[in-house]
Amino acid sequence: MNRMPPSVETTIESDAIAVERTLAGDRDAFRILVERHSRNVYRLAYRMTGNQHDAEEVVQEAFLRAYQKLTQFASRANFGTWVYRIAANYAIDRMRQRKSEDSNRAVPARETEDGLEMDLMSTIPDAAPSPERLAQSGQLAVQMRQALRELTPAERTAFVMRHWNGSGIDEIAGALNSSASAAKNTVFRSVQKLRKALEPFVERRGQAKAMGTQL
Amino acid sequence: MKHPKEEALIAYHDGEVEGRATITAHLADCPECQAELARIDALLAAINSIPVPEPAEDYGQQVWQQISPRLPEKRAHWWDFLFSEPKTVGWLAPRRWVAAGAIATLVLAAFIAGRLSKPVVPGTPVALDQSKVRERILVLAVGEHLGRSEMILVELANSGPQSAAQKVVNISREQRRAEDLLEENRLYRQTALEQGDSALAGVLDELERVLLDVAHSPQQLTPVQLQGLRQRIETRNILFKVRVVGKELQQRGESGSTPAAPNGSAKSERNKA
Repeated sequence: MNRMPPSVETTIESDAIAVERTLAGDRDAFRILVERHSRNVYRLAYRMTGNQHDAEEVVQEAFLRAYQKLTQFASRANFGTWVYRIAANYAIDRMRQRKSEDSNRAVPARETEDGLEMDLMSTIPDAAPSPERLAQSGQLAVQMRQALRELTPAERTAFVMRHWNGSGIDEIAGALNSSASAAKNTVFRSVQKLRKALEPFVERRGQAKAMGTQL
Repeated sequence: MKHPKEEALIAYHDGEVEGRATITAHLADCPECQAELARIDALLAAINSIPVPEPAEDYGQQVWQQISPRLPEKRAHWWDFLFSEPKTVGWLAPRRWVAAGAIATLVLAAFIAGRLSKPVVPGTPVALDQSKVRERILVLAVGEHLGRSEMILVELANSGPQSAAQKVVNISREQRRAEDLLEENRLYRQTALEQGDSALAGVLDELERVLLDVAHSPQQLTPVQLQGLRQRIETRNILFKVRVVGKELQQRGESGSTPAAPNGSAKSERNKA
């Protein structure tokens, strides 16, 4: 009764069996895949879209599309990576759609289910914050949100996949449907833009920390 | 001194291998680039500190409930699964041989039973006799299959941490057995359907869902997860159904009789179960 948790290889093999059973007409086998990969796909989707509502929609749509396209699933591929890619693609479409919707509105702020404006960055954990720190964190949060929103959907996808999910360049290229060198450039551009927008705030925060004005 | 480009330093931060040794050597002697790399590290660390709300433990189940009514039906015959061009699992994969072996056993058993059964009385429709033999074989094989399934379900119902200090329970042994039973179950379910025994096929279908659930659960379960799995099994009332059907099949096997009609009383009992 003391076996190691399932390895990546075991998961991939088990996914492959579930895919095969789904293709053979067993719809319940697909449930296994949904239950196994939903949480990871959600994390990606949330970071890409920045809000819970869109993230949940991305997750559902990704699995629906995966089910419909399952016959195109390459043999011996990793189902997790594949559905991840589908989710990233759909999230890009969703962000583009949101961007165009937002640009048509006078007030672009989106609301969460509880009616509050979604502020992804304001949730940065701050133990025992001083008034100064609160001011700086709030300012940094606003800047981060703004900077991430100003990235193109492809840049945001590339950034999220590379720096939050640790995806390889080939995987990002697959999600963006581009070459590896183009994907590499997109990653670089996203970091460059974020640096330009955020570095002054991060540095100020670092200096304040060094001077002991922050905990 | 030629400084590495910003792109190269970002790639360095990401752990890229290409040109890494050269940049490392340069960084050792260049405070300017050290500072530049430190700024990149600080920025990305700040952005990485943004938390993501952790989805609930049962989030995957919630997603499934939401999307399953929208999934189109994809029905296929069991032989499609067995004989289709392998896509993700090789033809030589053990589970395929298990299923193939089960079929071969059924065919051989049907042949032998046909040979050993009483001679065909002139005027008796041959097709009817063959059908009875096949059903008899199915009864015996499925009875045994249900017995083995019942054992796993009972073991799971009784498993749990040995002490309060035990944080996880390993169910890998039950999982392996459930995986083995899955292929057989699928075969018997299809055969039951072909025989027109929809009640038996229904119970086997439910059993298959439970076996799938067991086979694809994590190997190491926390007591809470184990309790969840047990509850899902209990909700389906599958252990009771398996026992009822197993008992009935055993009686049929012992008496050698088959129900008088496809929708006979025995099947009605199973439907009640």
